[in-house]
Amino acid sequence: MKLTLQEVRHVAALARLSLSPEEEERYRHQLSAILEAMELLKALDTKDVPPTSHAIAEDSVLREDVVVPSIEPAKALANAPDKVGTSFAVPKIIE
Amino acid sequence: MTPPVLNLSMLELAGALARREISSVEATHACLGRIEAVDPRVKAFLRIDAEGALAAAEASDNRRQSGALSALDGVPVAVKDLFLTEGVETTAGSKILAGFIPPYDATAVKLLKGAGLPILGKLNQDEFAMGSSTESSAFFPTHNPWDLSRTPGGSSGGSSAAVAAREIFGALGTDTGGSIRQPAALTNTVGLKPTYGRLSRYGVIAFASSLDQVGPITRSVLDAAALLQILAVHDPKDSTSSTAPVPNYMAEIEGGVSGMRLGVPREYFVPGMDPEVEHAVRQAASDLERMGAKLVDVSLPHTRYALAAYYLIAPAEASANLARYDGVRYGLRAQVAGGLREMYCRTRAAGFGPEVKRRIMLGTYALSAGYYDAYYLKAQKVRTLIREDFLRAFQKVDAIVSATSPVTAFKLGEKVDDPLAMYLMDVLTLPCNLAGLPGLSVPCGFGTGDLPIGLQILGRPFDESRILRIGRAFEREADFAGRAPPL
Repeated sequence: MKLTLQEVRHVAALARLSLSPEEEERYRHQLSAILEAMELLKALDTKDVPPTSHAIAEDSVLREDVVVPSIEPAKALANAPDKVGTSFAVPKIIE
Repeated sequence: MTPPVLNLSMLELAGALARREISSVEATHACLGRIEAVDPRVKAFLRIDAEGALAAAEASDNRRQSGALSALDGVPVAVKDLFLTEGVETTAGSKILAGFIPPYDATAVKLLKGAGLPILGKLNQDEFAMGSSTESSAFFPTHNPWDLSRTPGGSSGGSSAAVAAREIFGALGTDTGGSIRQPAALTNTVGLKPTYGRLSRYGVIAFASSLDQVGPITRSVLDAAALLQILAVHDPKDSTSSTAPVPNYMAEIEGGVSGMRLGVPREYFVPGMDPEVEHAVRQAASDLERMGAKLVDVSLPHTRYALAAYYLIAPAEASANLARYDGVRYGLRAQVAGGLREMYCRTRAAGFGPEVKRRIMLGTYALSAGYYDAYYLKAQKVRTLIREDFLRAFQKVDAIVSATSPVTAFKLGEKVDDPLAMYLMDVLTLPCNLAGLPGLSVPCGFGTGDLPIGLQILGRPFDESRILRIGRAFEREADFAGRAPPL
């Protein structure tokens, strides 16, 4: 399992990570080695095995639909890198 | 010289507090003094909240006449930096959260405060709990009090080191693939990972949500049980929080192991295992046999697939959980000339360290179109087989015993450049997380260079009482945990 540089860039774009050329090369090698070790799983026949998402599954957990106070806007915004009024501010999305 | 009070267990200190031999303020000052003396070398703490802890200690002393809030009222503790602490910076060991001041407490932190335990600060960890040595912390690695050139384990390595070094009486960690048990094994402390869903994860920064669990690191099994009792509360704010009844964990903890059937899984004596570790663990098993337990040879045939399944599932879930660190609502934001997307990409590139990026990449790949079935779904199916192995074994035995870590503490720097070698450190601990079982690590000896060795005890889901009882029987007989490191 050898990843191509193109695949590494595609995955980095999906993950919203900008990588330096050195990082692209390093992760290409490391991820290839890790995925190669994972090939072991292919030897196992799991055709009729159901997947497990949670080992100890609670049934759908619902609560009464009652209004409770949540964090006040000033507190929720206190850690924001940038804000406008009671909103989080971000760089321009539409030119 | 360590002040004698710092060698007390949590329950022993609670007794001394009740008898007014010492006050909580004095005990907290003793911890602060010890931290000042040894933490420049151990580096377990990321942040110390002396003011908050002393205020809580004083409040505890003041109410002692009217009645304690819990069995551990006034006993100082500290928590891994993954736990949100209202008003006290919380970073998960990452630069991307530097300066983040949580607006609320994690449920586990709230429960500790409600039980009267002063919280002395935030403990170092691998970044976002991804690692087995604390070396992926964005701030600095933590050193093992038994040998400062070695790792205290990870990811809860700050917690294990602080407890072992007598800087604190007990600590909270989290365990996704062994992050409580492995550091406990490497530092001669006790680490408990409860059943998935037993303790609330609300306010605990998420790594891999189908595996993460909160638990204590202490210097005695009794202390671990006492902390579990305080923390095992159903929490409506965590949808995975169990409604299963909570037993009195102290009720039968001294009951011994007579008549219990303990499984020894042959697959857990792995190639590459340190012979000293194997010897100590086999010795511990025969000690338990001498105390009245029956040893049963069991097989967990899919063990060799667990590591690969884990290192697909955990990174996949992490890649989704860590999508929230985008520079919008909290934490770091990179200043960019371009638009929103560039801001996301540059913020995450600047804020995450190499191990976190590696796992995000791996997880994103495993979930991406065209690869989902081959990797993520396949891993989930293998997870079923691993879980069934355990359930089958538990028809024959009451608990399973093995080594916690295949080796004793390794040198800092030894494995940082080889991710696969580092991942192998979790090979004996992570199957338990995949199956959602409770697991305990108790000290069971020392190898060359006085490096601690841990015995792992795995139980049926929600059978914490039994593994604590086994651990307690062993601790009473052996009392390795009573030994302090030469600091």
